[in-house]
Formats: sequence, C-alpha cells, structure tokens
Amino acid sequence: MEVARHWRETPERYRMEAGKCSKCGKIAFPGRMICPECGSTEFTKHTLSGKGKIVTYTIIRTAPDGFEDLVPYAVGIIELDDGIKILAQITDCNPEELKTGDRVVAKFRRINEDGKTGMIYYAYKFVPDVGI
Amino acid sequence: MRDIAIIGIGMIKFGELWEKSLRDIAVEAALNCMKDAGTDRIDSITIGCMSGGLFNGQEHLTSLLPDYLGRHTTPAVRVESACASGGMAVRSAFMEVASGMSDYVLALGVEKMTDVSENIETYTLATTADGDYEAFHGINLPGLYALMAKAHMEKYGTTRNQLAEVAVKNHRNGALNPHSQFPMEITVDTVLRSALVADPLRLFDCSPITDGAAAVLITTVEEAKKIGKQPLVIISGIGVASDTIALCQRKDILKFEAVELAGQRALKMAGKTINDINFAEVHDSYTIAEIMVIEALGIVKEGQGGVATANGITSLNGKFPINPSGGLKSKGHPIGATGVAQICEAVLQLRGQAGKRQIKNAKTALTQNMGGSGGSCVIHILEAK
Repeated sequence: MEVARHWRETPERYRMEAGKCSKCGKIAFPGRMICPECGSTEFTKHTLSGKGKIVTYTIIRTAPDGFEDLVPYAVGIIELDDGIKILAQITDCNPEELKTGDRVVAKFRRINEDGKTGMIYYAYKFVPDVGI
Repeated sequence: MRDIAIIGIGMIKFGELWEKSLRDIAVEAALNCMKDAGTDRIDSITIGCMSGGLFNGQEHLTSLLPDYLGRHTTPAVRVESACASGGMAVRSAFMEVASGMSDYVLALGVEKMTDVSENIETYTLATTADGDYEAFHGINLPGLYALMAKAHMEKYGTTRNQLAEVAVKNHRNGALNPHSQFPMEITVDTVLRSALVADPLRLFDCSPITDGAAAVLITTVEEAKKIGKQPLVIISGIGVASDTIALCQRKDILKFEAVELAGQRALKMAGKTINDINFAEVHDSYTIAEIMVIEALGIVKEGQGGVATANGITSLNGKFPINPSGGLKSKGHPIGATGVAQICEAVLQLRGQAGKRQIKNAKTALTQNMGGSGGSCVIHILEAK
C-alpha cells in the first residue's frame, strides 16, 4: 500500500521528529526501537532543530525516476546542531556556489509524486541559512 | 570444521548479453565450472543473486536454476546481500561443506541486468541504499559515492586525477582479461571528459551495467586431494561485517567499518596479516570505493589511497596489485555474480593460469565484495598449497 508507506513516516518527514535515548541521550533519526549506542529500548520524542551545516554534498546530473525535472540539484549530508547527521536535498540556491561548512536550515517541501494522479510526497529540504 | 578447497571455477564473458536469459548465463557458468573441476558432482547449490525480481520479474531461482542445470531435485538456497550477494553465496557454500552437511557445493552467482529499462536498473541499484531516508530524497548509488569522494578530496587532498587513475589502472588490467565487458585501455582524459553523473564522479568513475554469471565448486581438502588438481587452492579465511544502511549515520563517512572488520576477521581466521597477501580483488563499483577499500584493509594508510594508486603501488607490477581482473570497472559488475567472479580470478592467479595478467609468485589472495554504500562486506582469503 503505497499511501500507507509514506503516511506512516509523517512525524519524521513533516515534523522532523526523532527519538532520544532515555539512557544515553543518543538521538536517532529516524526513530528506532533499539538504541545503536547503548541497546536501551526507552526513547522520548525529540524534535530536530532543523539547523546545521553541510558536511559534504553532490550535484545530481543523472536523476532517479521522478527527479529528472530538478536536474541539476544538490543532495548533501548535513550535521545538525543537535549533533546528528541527516541526508537531504539542498535547494533555493545555485548548487555550484555551495561550499562545505555552509549553514543551512530545513524547510517543508515537495519531494516527488506518484505519477499525475497519485500521492504527492512532502518532507524537509535544506536551504541556505540567511537568518530569516 | 573441515578444511575447504576450490576445485572448479566457471566464468563467462561479461557484457550486455541480449541473446541470453538469466537461466542461460547461470547454466553456462555452472557448466564451465564443472568442466574445470573435472567432476559434475554437486550435492547442493548456493545462489548469489541480488534482484531477479526487479531485473527479470523472476524470483524462486532455487527452483529455476537446479531445474535448468538438469538436476531439479538438488537442494538450493539463495543468498542476498545487495552487491555482496555473490561473496556471501560462496561463504554459504563454504559453511555447508565445512560443517559436513554436504561434500560438493556449487556457489553460483548471477545477475541479468539488461532485461529492463535504464530507469528500472538505476531504481533497483538504489534499493541497496536506505529506501525511506536516502533514495526517497532523490539520491542514487553514484550520488552516495560522490558524497564520499567530495569529502575524501576535501579532507585528504585526493585529486580528481587520482580518482581517474583507479579506472585507468583497472581498464589496463581488464584489457588483458578475455572475460571483460570493456577490455580496452583508457586514459585519465577519457575519464575527465566523460559525462558528470554526480559531482565529482563521472561516467568513467562508475562500474557498468552488466549481464554475467560465475561459479565455483567447493569441496573438502581431502576430496580435492583425491581429484589431485595442482596447485590446491584453499579458502583459509572468511570475514563478514555489516555497517549502517544509511551513509549519513556513520560516525565517519570516510571509513568503511564493515570492510575493516571483515578484513580483520578473515585475516585472523587465516592466521595472516595484510602483509602476507600478494594481491587483492576489491569492490571498485566506483573509483572512490577502491581508494577507500584499500585504506580500510590497511594496504595503504588512511587518506593515501589516491596517491598510492597514482604512484602505481596497486598496478599489476606494483607492490600490491589490486584488481588484476580489471575489477568491476572494466570486467563488469553483474551484481550477484561479482563476488564469485572475484574468487574465480583469485583462483586463476593462484594456479598461475592468468595469462598476460599473471602476477608472479602469487600464493595468497584476498577478495573483498561489498553491498550498497558499504553496508555489508564479505572477504575471503585464498591460498595456493
């Protein structure tokens, strides 16, 4: 069921909700049932700051299905101020001008769609942090 | 545990084999293997195939392949670990013979990738990444390796030309391999002038889409001695390790922890160190992959993979030859067959039958096969006795 597959990720994709280990404090995104650091199974909800800096990025020139219209677009690994790394597109910029270390901030954006009549998938993308 | 030998290897010429089906190429490799072994005794079959389902609309290879091998009642099991499926199938065959469960096991790797459109090929390869948190965001496998390449260049000063040197070296070797999909030499310029796929990686940094199959026949050292083939090639160590499926969840995205650990485990089992190894077949799905793998294995120091390649250390006549077969880059990368084909090359070299690409005095070999962006890895140590 394609709709359910995306619907159940809503807390992570729409609100950037992560899990924080009650024992060791490790933040897991997406949430997990077992802490990869200490093995604990107790977590509390933690909403990610959505702010961070670019660790590395690439500019996709040959895109997967459904992303062709975006070419060329940047995808990067962002280290959030929360101390974890996350992969996402970096948009609203000239990808050629990005630099490692640039500050970015998460925005709610359209990612892809299931054909012309199917579901539209939304989630976070990052944009240059200009302090707004 | 019983000691294990490889008594037969079977390769086919890799390529876009439009006139042949999945079952055709698998059977062809198995026949070549039985011919090489001088026996057709097969008690059991382990199959390495990543995605018959998506590439061919065909699962249930554990029925299809024994059936078309003319032995439809022979037990078979299929092993999947993305691009490491082939190596994992050999490990399964090893365990089955070592345990005493069977005496002769055929490890058969196969992938028929060109039966679908390029979009489906790319989609299928991207299923080796985290579907919900990587592929969902519009990144594919070359994109993930590009993230590593960019970071490697910035942290260690690896250059664009050094990446290209990996492809140049592997094509130079592959040009000497009759089974290569692309047996032609290229230059650094060929790589730098090819289309950008995901900056900084270009088309010639990437292994191709390939149809192919490869097989090895495994038995006990005791049985192999009865057959009397010289030199005897044994598997003396195997190591497997996993890592996070998502690249961004690794503490250090420039460290293939699964490769490092699998290497240590395999060497420990064999009672060897990396300095005892004469050459290696490694998983150069992308040029940056080979650079990071030789670092993780301890063949070169951290961050020095690019420099070492440019200096010829990993060339056929270098201090530590890497990918004498031409690697995935030149020989081709039929996903499920790749790990088995690496072992075929190692056996050929250890027997002294590698022709123009023969490495002198090759006695001990390492093969390294990994899945996705490094989320799983299997390593074998082979020795000529």
